[in-house]
Amino acid sequence: MIESKLKVATCSLCGCFGCHMSLLDLDERLFDLAEKVEFDRSPLTDLKELGECDIGIIEGGIANVENVHTLLEFRARCKILIAMGACAISGGIPAMRNHYELKDCLEESYTRGIGLVDAQIPNDPEIPLLLDQVHPIHEVVKIDYFLPGCPPSADTIWTFVTQLLAGQPIALPYTQIHYD
Amino acid sequence: MAESSTLAQTIRDIVQRHQKLPTRLLQILREVQDRLTWLSTEAINVVAEELGISPAKVRSVAEFYSFLYTAPRGSYDILFSDNITDRMLGNRELLHYLADRLGVAINGTRADGRVSVGTTSCTGMCDQGPAALVNGYALTRLTKPRLDRIVELVNAKTPLEQWPREFFEVVSNIRRADILLGRHFADGAALRAVLKRGPEAILEEMVKSGLRGQGGAGFKSAAKWQSCRNAPGEVKYVVCNADEGEPGTFKDRVLMQDYADLVFEGMTVCGRVIGARQGFVYLRGEYRYMVDALKATLQRRREAGLLGAAILGDASFEFDIDIHLGAGAYVCGEESALIESLEGKHGVPRIRPPFPTTHGYLNKPTVVNNVETFASAAKIAVEGGNWFASRGTAESKGTKLLSLSGDCERPGIYEYPFGVTVRQVLEDCGARDAQGIQMAGPAGHMISAKLFDRRICFEDLATGGSFMVFDQRRDILDGIRNFAHFFVHESCGFCTPCRVGTSLMRDLVDKVHTGHGTRADLEEMRKLGQIMRVASHCGLGQTAPNPVLDSLDQFPESYERRLRSTAFEPAFDMNAALEQARWLTGRTDPDAYLDEEILSRAMP
Repeated sequence: MIESKLKVATCSLCGCFGCHMSLLDLDERLFDLAEKVEFDRSPLTDLKELGECDIGIIEGGIANVENVHTLLEFRARCKILIAMGACAISGGIPAMRNHYELKDCLEESYTRGIGLVDAQIPNDPEIPLLLDQVHPIHEVVKIDYFLPGCPPSADTIWTFVTQLLAGQPIALPYTQIHYD
Repeated sequence: MAESSTLAQTIRDIVQRHQKLPTRLLQILREVQDRLTWLSTEAINVVAEELGISPAKVRSVAEFYSFLYTAPRGSYDILFSDNITDRMLGNRELLHYLADRLGVAINGTRADGRVSVGTTSCTGMCDQGPAALVNGYALTRLTKPRLDRIVELVNAKTPLEQWPREFFEVVSNIRRADILLGRHFADGAALRAVLKRGPEAILEEMVKSGLRGQGGAGFKSAAKWQSCRNAPGEVKYVVCNADEGEPGTFKDRVLMQDYADLVFEGMTVCGRVIGARQGFVYLRGEYRYMVDALKATLQRRREAGLLGAAILGDASFEFDIDIHLGAGAYVCGEESALIESLEGKHGVPRIRPPFPTTHGYLNKPTVVNNVETFASAAKIAVEGGNWFASRGTAESKGTKLLSLSGDCERPGIYEYPFGVTVRQVLEDCGARDAQGIQMAGPAGHMISAKLFDRRICFEDLATGGSFMVFDQRRDILDGIRNFAHFFVHESCGFCTPCRVGTSLMRDLVDKVHTGHGTRADLEEMRKLGQIMRVASHCGLGQTAPNPVLDSLDQFPESYERRLRSTAFEPAFDMNAALEQARWLTGRTDPDAYLDEEILSRAMP
């Protein structure tokens, strides 16, 4: 009897793709993983549409309207949703802009830069509108698991994924969640 | 130049008066602030230089205590007590009224530097609120006409000494007296007993009495005294914990105001038993108004031979008491934090063991007892342990002072033998329509009417004495929210489970209170509360989730009727978070909004 594979989707919101790079660092373990799961929408598959999934893994925080839409869609379609890495969990580096007014951030980039011609803040409707602050994803939807790290190492991701797929409680060894 | 040399001279004089002792740092900073209204970097540097300690150390103390200011503050600093009992009496309306009339923003200082208005944690005047502090002195029974008068006094720069005396009147409201408050006590009687019978015999009486710590923790007092007596060392200390910060408690205020001799006598007896020559009363900053009277009492006792060198003419009996004034930090009620504060540091609880009985003040053996415990000890020394133990229950001997406030006709102090039922207390104070009681303060327990037949004693409902009544008109969640905010303000910040946990809990309670909560949030509260209980460093963090956890069980309906039907609700208004960007870009296309319909997609 062939067991049906679990469906996994991943995406990066306001992050640096570092967590996804760490996912790639699973190296040959990716083959083992591919035995057990099928990747749906993910930078790994380059699929753009999200289907019904068992597990959704989110990198990055919420900085703009598109992030909100993507996250809501993941929540609606994934049975289990996981916040991966510091940005998803707490906003991370992008949230450092929370100490400034959005106006100051945009003006710094678009009107005060050197060598700008016809400087203005972009208003093209295709550009996702920014929220005034960057938020962790659990402030927008319910999150089932939090996987810490900046990024979480491949070993951490592997421990987490194998325990989750085996239906076990998550127990990460000290060395995989501390960096001292 | 002239100004800064005056500042330096002012500070030098103050530091001199305190013998340049770093242990006096908190008292020094209080006095410096009294003169200068706030602690500037320059002032902090001069204090540090005079004491020979680092400016960072001085600053750590200046920034820790809420009554010390490191930013400019008005010459009149008015802080409204913001306990739930003050709120029941309408303090919020009065706060806004006063701020409007004075032309000052709440938590701000008027442009002319004359006056600041803000809020503070419970000031211990729950039976005569709404209450406030002006420059640290207690104002009681505030009303709009009284505030009108205060506005005139402030605007006319009238010195506090010339304000009407009745504004500062603090009455004791003793409604029921038993063996502690009711029986006459002759000054010196306990001292004569300890001299005549010897420390061992008095300690034996303490054992027989079964007296337990009346602050609420209930540790056997005799065991504490014995352990300190046995601890090696020549120098030992007695500390009276009068840092009565638990919201809703004010019994120690009444004892210090009306029964100070009894308390001092208990401390002196303790000094004789354990072999200490120095005692301290750590008085909460909110009770500053009684410092002068207490000092006068101490002086009178010295003159009467009841304190100081050669007590009752016996050259071997030497004991004196100093008053140390706190500066608005609830955590200092915890005995090891209190000792840190007494040593002039910021009040962060120590890691125990070792316990204060072997390593206390300045690392010397120290007994720290509550005010009521010392008062009881003085009586026991005179009347004997069996006399005391004849009241109360098997595990809780003697009596307990309860501070009654909230929705009852006769708020005040009630002394009962241990074992009295909650129902009896409610009946006596005229609380006809009680829905729930916050027992032992926010750190204690919230109980509903089904538990009113339970008894007040260590075997059943332990309490330090706070007893706040909520009647049927009240929304229990208003109280819970008030307590959640209280703990955020009072967490000392040392450990993460408490520092972060109290803030997260406040956010969750606020979210539910404002009608944005869901079941997931209630589950999160329980989980968070459990973490705080097991992982916090001291009792503050361990008990901070109590009001939430209790009320989730006892008053589930006060949460549930506010819940959204959705399973999850965002923590912030996402559409409002786009407003700035809409304004900056001038965009009004559909993608520039996040409306309810879009958001509801992810919420089953």
